[in-house]
Amino acid sequence: METDELLINMGPVHPSTHGVLRFKLRMDGEMITDCEIVMGYLHRGTEKLGEMKTYLQVLPYTDRLDYISAFPNNYAYVKAIEELAAIEVPLRAEYIRVLVMELNRIVNHLVSIGSLLMDIGAATMIMWGFREREKALHLFEMLCGARMTFNYIKPGGVREDLPEGFMPKLNEFLKEMEMRINDYEQLINSNEIFKMRMKGIGVITAKDAINHGLTGPALRGSGVNHDIRKLEPYSIYHDLDFKACSRPEGDSYARYMVRIDEMRESLHILRQVADTMPEATVVSSSKYGVAPMTGVPSTVSTYFPRIFTPPAGEVYSRIEAPKGELGFYIKSDGTTKPYRVKIRSPSFCNLTALSWMVKGLKIPDLIATFGTMDVVLGDVDR
Amino acid sequence: MLYSGMWTGDTMTNAYELIINILTAIGVYDTIFGVFKSYGMEFVLKLIIVLVTLAVLFGFVLVTVMFLTWMERKVAAMVQSRYGPMVTGPRGLLQPVMDGIKLIGKEDIVPAKADRFVFNLAPYLAFVPAILVFVPLPFGESLIISDLRVGLLYIIAISALSPISILLAGWASNNKYTLLAAMRAVAQDISYTLPLALTAIAVVMLTGSLSTVDIVNAQSGTWFGIIPKWFIFLQPLAFILFLIASIAEMGRIPFDFQESESELIAGFFTEYSGMKFAMYFLAEYAHLFAVSGILVTIFLGGWNGPVLPGIPVVITSLVYFILKTYAVVFFAMWLRDTVPRIRIDQLLNIGWKIMIPLALLNLIVTGFLITAGVMR
Repeated sequence: METDELLINMGPVHPSTHGVLRFKLRMDGEMITDCEIVMGYLHRGTEKLGEMKTYLQVLPYTDRLDYISAFPNNYAYVKAIEELAAIEVPLRAEYIRVLVMELNRIVNHLVSIGSLLMDIGAATMIMWGFREREKALHLFEMLCGARMTFNYIKPGGVREDLPEGFMPKLNEFLKEMEMRINDYEQLINSNEIFKMRMKGIGVITAKDAINHGLTGPALRGSGVNHDIRKLEPYSIYHDLDFKACSRPEGDSYARYMVRIDEMRESLHILRQVADTMPEATVVSSSKYGVAPMTGVPSTVSTYFPRIFTPPAGEVYSRIEAPKGELGFYIKSDGTTKPYRVKIRSPSFCNLTALSWMVKGLKIPDLIATFGTMDVVLGDVDR
Repeated sequence: MLYSGMWTGDTMTNAYELIINILTAIGVYDTIFGVFKSYGMEFVLKLIIVLVTLAVLFGFVLVTVMFLTWMERKVAAMVQSRYGPMVTGPRGLLQPVMDGIKLIGKEDIVPAKADRFVFNLAPYLAFVPAILVFVPLPFGESLIISDLRVGLLYIIAISALSPISILLAGWASNNKYTLLAAMRAVAQDISYTLPLALTAIAVVMLTGSLSTVDIVNAQSGTWFGIIPKWFIFLQPLAFILFLIASIAEMGRIPFDFQESESELIAGFFTEYSGMKFAMYFLAEYAHLFAVSGILVTIFLGGWNGPVLPGIPVVITSLVYFILKTYAVVFFAMWLRDTVPRIRIDQLLNIGWKIMIPLALLNLIVTGFLITAGVMR
């Protein structure tokens, strides 16, 4: 039968594109023959702004990249500066950093799984996910007063120590979360319709995944056990006992399961961090490691001057953000402002593979696959 | 006795006669009839009584729909551990009223390139079958607008009208999303009306009648004094198939392809606003209640239930019917909040490759069992 090609413009305003993303779909009936992804609707010029602000002024902009998980963004940028200027960080600060980053990973996966389920028509999971996310956000609020844009991790440490009553609340959250993840699995995993929608859909093999530059759960869902926390341990990850979760199937279901597994691993990490959190300060030996300006020795940050001029040079530092590899390339010319800031954002790189993955699928599959790629548009367009 | 006619059920078969009986019992019917007769216009009295029954039905449906929209939110809220509407009225009960007022106040937008006549017509075409389905639905003993001898056939035929309105709406909106949704809805309705009819036929084979009243009467009584003689126990497979097919007919998750809001914005009524949008909402919930009522009538014993001494059967039967129907409605709402939507091709596969063969198999087995004298 001869059919006409149908051109569908999905987005930039569409309920399932998680913001302002546009798919130009060429359809044969309900089948996608070609998918062009149009991005840039949320472009704010973060990289260019980075050249015009001082090192510390760039930090708040990193919150607004992947606004679902801002702590890893903070940390990735701070880590690059610390590597550039060889700043040493107190051990307690590193523990706090890992703590908030892993909490943020759980929050990110809750939002990701919730919106995935909502996109395929089950509205309950996002409500459950946001219920637990709210509790984590309360913890963040105790920590720095902000719920989403934290600006908390700063070069040389973190802004403030853990507030009073934080640890009991954290332990409460961890205990509850353990139970809740089982609830999610009962709601979702045993659902035949969910399996019908997810299994064998949006398959990408390990080789293709590597060639397309996928990272994070999207890559590990294809059976490649690639986790930067394991490969190049940063912060205190070499001291922690955890495993990188991966699944061999490479379909949407595998990517979803990797996220569930990672939430469990994050809980495991959080419990270790909570148990072994050090009290004492570690005096830094680098030139920035002098006493803070107030004269009171801080346990959570080394002295960081207001006018900060790192040595000329360049650095690329990467971390395992919840969505994948988040890298910051910073080139310094020895002035107070970076010469160039380049952000390698996981959402952007993962999204580019999507148009290749959805050929021959249907619109509902496009949405399901897009949901498992876990993309935040602030991170894509920067 | 005042309600003597209501127990026997001999003289009353529908709501029209029930009204006449009540008027007679009060003692005003003869006077009224005499007045009309003196002008030679008995038919006007007939017409008035029929209109009154229809008005009661219409009012009942509207109130039910309003309650269902509230209930839908409350059930969703219960499942999702939140409160749902709480502000307007006690526990948010007046929320549907506020929604109605808001929708009336909305601008009625017709897209520039839409086919205006068809676009305006479609919502009413959706609403009319949703009301008409109630005509042969027995709400209780003698609480029925008209006991059609082809009641079940009528119900299935009227339900099959709704895709026409959907297709018209999708086409007239002149929008790719609405067109896709309309196509899907029609494909779905056609493939799920078949198992619906086939499973209903299995019940008709047991009763030998298409009349809904006969079907309900055939389910009265009990086996061994405890198990009610409902057709769900005689036709379990047919019940499951009918349940699945009726949820598909209602167009609810996991089969809500008419809407599928995450894929096709809002499905076929994307372009509608204001009262026309409300019409579709009304039709959707009226249909939900009607299909649940049909399911109760065919498989769950209709208005049958334990007879309570001292209370007229008209009232107890109405209560039993409403309770059972709301149980089915609750199930549909619960399901909506638990499962995701399946894909359109998977839906059609299930419909044609699983549901219809199973319905046919059920029909054959039922036929054999009836011939062998095991059933009935």
